[in-house]
Amino acid sequence: MAPRAELVHWFFAAGFLLLGLILLAETIVGREVFAMRPWRMYLWPSIAFAIGVLLWPVSVFFTNSTLHMLAHASWAEVAMLAGAVQLALVRGKLTSRWWTLSLSVTLLVSAAAFLIHEQNPWLFSRAAFLHHAIGWTLVVAAIFPLGQVLQSRRFVWGAGFAMTWVVVAVMLFCDRDVAPIFGHLSAFAGGSR
Amino acid sequence: MSSDIVGPLERASEREKAERRSLRAFAIESLGPVTILGGIVWAIFQPYRIVFLDHAGKGFYDYLVQPPLLVIGVGLLFSLVIAPGLLDDLRTAYGSES
Repeated sequence: MAPRAELVHWFFAAGFLLLGLILLAETIVGREVFAMRPWRMYLWPSIAFAIGVLLWPVSVFFTNSTLHMLAHASWAEVAMLAGAVQLALVRGKLTSRWWTLSLSVTLLVSAAAFLIHEQNPWLFSRAAFLHHAIGWTLVVAAIFPLGQVLQSRRFVWGAGFAMTWVVVAVMLFCDRDVAPIFGHLSAFAGGSR
Repeated sequence: MSSDIVGPLERASEREKAERRSLRAFAIESLGPVTILGGIVWAIFQPYRIVFLDHAGKGFYDYLVQPPLLVIGVGLLFSLVIAPGLLDDLRTAYGSES
């Protein structure tokens, strides 16, 4: 009854794409204009939090292994943490700008989960390749929230953080359970021996 | 200061503000349509991803999650729900500054 893994990846990709577009819009117009309607400030933290909540059923129903369950559960936890911290910042319950670093923690934990739970090498299959690629993308992207803390008005940090989610969405949309990458598919994954 | 100098300087600063606003407005207006275009191009290259066009052997979840339609849906959502308000506010903010 459970959907195929690739369908779940595509569903979450749509969420990340929306997240990326909203963040990109905030970066383009600037925080002052974006905050002119208060509901807009709650948008992306709410989406991040919702993604975290929705990752729990994934961690329960897609338990191919303990490692998968731990990876999905850790994503769920850090996505909820990032969303909650941002909601608290918008609401004024938290005031220190250093809380933005929780996004770097989220990205690094997510990256570690991607890289550790993908036990196959890069060219094993398309899914394996993309898990490695997403993991390393998130490692690099962890620099953007740090930049936002230190130089909050620099366009590059906000744009980089927003584009990270667009890129992750594109990679998740390319994800397929078993499919060749660059014409290569491991014999163990079902390719020709 | 002579009004011969102040006038052109003020006009140049207003022109700069208007250009900045129009660039930002153009970027916001483009985000949704570009996303929708991405979904349409994907659907043209991989029509079998749209279950309505190729429904042999497909189940409930395949109807629920059709990636090119998801991309188009996200683009539409952004264009119809988020972009119009942002453009209004951009106009208000830059209008009140000048």
